[in-house]
Amino acid sequence: MRVALFIPCFIDQLFPNVGIAMATVLRRLQVDVYYPPDQTCCGQPAFNTGYWDEARALARRYVEIFADADAVVSPSGSCTAMVRNFYPELLGKPTQATTHTYEFSEFLVKHLGVTDVGARFPQRVTYHDSCHALRELRLQDEPRQLLRHVQGLELVEMDQAETCCGFGGTFSVKFPMISYAMDEVKVSSIQNTGARYVVSTDSSCLMQIDGYLRRLNLPIKTISLAEVLAST
Amino acid sequence: MTTPTLLQFERDATVKAADLRHRAVIQKNIGTYNIAVANGRTRFADWQNARSHAAAIKWETINHLDRYLEQFEQNVLTNGGHVFWAETAADAREHVLQLARRHGVQKVVKSKSMTTEEIHLNEALEAAGIHSIETDLGEYICQIRGERPYHIVTPVMHLTKADIAQTFQEKLGAPLTDSAEELAMIARAKLRHEFMTADMGITGGNFAIADTGMIALTENEGNARLSFSLPRVHVAIIGIEKLIPRLEDLALLWPLLAASGTGQALTAYNSLIGGPRQEREADGPQEFHVILLDNGRTRLLADGEQRDALHCIRCGACLNACPVYSNIGGHAYGTTYQGPIGSVITPHLPDAQEWSHLPYASSLCGACTEVCPVRIDLHHHLLHNRRNAIQRRFDGPIQRFLFRAWFWAMQSPVRYAVAAKLGNIALRRGLAHLLLKPWTAKREFPTPPKQSFRDYWRQHERRA
Repeated sequence: MRVALFIPCFIDQLFPNVGIAMATVLRRLQVDVYYPPDQTCCGQPAFNTGYWDEARALARRYVEIFADADAVVSPSGSCTAMVRNFYPELLGKPTQATTHTYEFSEFLVKHLGVTDVGARFPQRVTYHDSCHALRELRLQDEPRQLLRHVQGLELVEMDQAETCCGFGGTFSVKFPMISYAMDEVKVSSIQNTGARYVVSTDSSCLMQIDGYLRRLNLPIKTISLAEVLAST
Repeated sequence: MTTPTLLQFERDATVKAADLRHRAVIQKNIGTYNIAVANGRTRFADWQNARSHAAAIKWETINHLDRYLEQFEQNVLTNGGHVFWAETAADAREHVLQLARRHGVQKVVKSKSMTTEEIHLNEALEAAGIHSIETDLGEYICQIRGERPYHIVTPVMHLTKADIAQTFQEKLGAPLTDSAEELAMIARAKLRHEFMTADMGITGGNFAIADTGMIALTENEGNARLSFSLPRVHVAIIGIEKLIPRLEDLALLWPLLAASGTGQALTAYNSLIGGPRQEREADGPQEFHVILLDNGRTRLLADGEQRDALHCIRCGACLNACPVYSNIGGHAYGTTYQGPIGSVITPHLPDAQEWSHLPYASSLCGACTEVCPVRIDLHHHLLHNRRNAIQRRFDGPIQRFLFRAWFWAMQSPVRYAVAAKLGNIALRRGLAHLLLKPWTAKREFPTPPKQSFRDYWRQHERRA
């Protein structure tokens, strides 16, 4: 099985370590991975803003670029949801590439049947459910199962794990004060757990949370699930 | 595109979002609601199945609405009532005023009804010199405060007991009290007199039942009962989407509405109204009028993609689940219907462009869709509304240009890499605050590393 890496544009540019960590874990599990260099953006910013013609053109690109992969794996629930749930609406039907695109934790647990990747991360962490992973892809237990098998890791649930962090792409720029209030509610819920790290499948949520934490110099760090799973 | 309603929304939402007292009150009230609803749902053997079944009932109704409306009308007429088809809000208002004039009405008592808010009925009645009194406790508080309802089910969700006591002291001259019971008694004493002396009672209708020609009213205070049974004339103003095919459908829809709306097994009062007072009946109105309100609903009906928004039973669950609603509150929307369902349907009502910003005021988290008891695909309809807004060119030229430029770059890996490199240089020089000002005003933007994933991969794979 040849597995293509789909590295969303903002991860490519802002958080390359998340992509590297995912590739590292997959290779440790003997998965044959490759990276199609023509990929750019899945088109979600355009789609969510209403520019569906543009999003459709990018969907067509994606479907061609990943047509030969047995599976496509991405370290983002949001971009995976764009491909698997919304491309069929744009293109009129699902294709091999759309149905075989998986979020990283989903791929590990549901397709490889792996919950213990041999990672070690001796920290108290709390898990933030990304809305797209949770409600579009129905991933709730998969990331938690993986975290529970990480050596030394203590998982503490926050009371508002499923409440949106307020990012929402262009929403956070168009309505900054609403987005900031949501960020504030989220961070206060994280703080109540006493965790040192907040973990998520989605780096966009983590960027939103981290931006708040760093501005206020709060002693909590964000880390992607892929990076936790790559730690030894 | 910038419209006056957008600017107003931005101002109001910004003020509320930063108002920590407001946030504390709403989070507490929604927290209480959440506990009650979680408990209410446990009364269903299979909640998800109940939702699907309710959605199927409403789907059947909405997809055969022409038939069910005519059947309903026929049965209301047979029962001795009257039916008026109001295409617009103005038609509905005018008909109420005509009825009021014909019956020499000087005072109206109203039970809670969002359709009457939608058509601005109180204002029209007052302008015609007719005194109109809200009799639902929450609506009554709104009315004496001069506010519009904050929430479609809980009109004063934003107020504490102390706020209400203060309102009663200021507006009614009542002594301050911290007892909820005493507050209810103050309102009750005022309202009893109004019920006895009103000439007309106006209600909404939670369901309009096609096979019997009845309307069903759901409430907790008994004020709707008094509103329709004591005055000489009863007028019920009902959106055409409130139809259901059969009386027996209430066996599911009543408890479903109660569970989602307030977490109750059933609300304290549920009334079925089958027409005016009949011979040998001791009470009830002499005349019963139903106004079936369209006001843009048939436009939604014509939209196959979003027709399911007409399933809505106005339970308010999506408002309570919405993290945007809980931070900005109901008044900031500036609409009759707030929260996710409001942002879905309002752009379909008259003056679409004025409300085209509402579907964008959402992070698309999907919490609304998850709780909707009739399975309306709410957050996806927000996406559909955004697409519609772009198709109608409601976007401004700057945004349009930015997306064109972005699109041009994303279609080619070379252009993408060049654009990304430029962005990388700008961000590494600390220019994030220029490029992403609204976001970075209160947050730190990450500094991108020198090497992107694609560069790393190219370098390492070549070596490997």
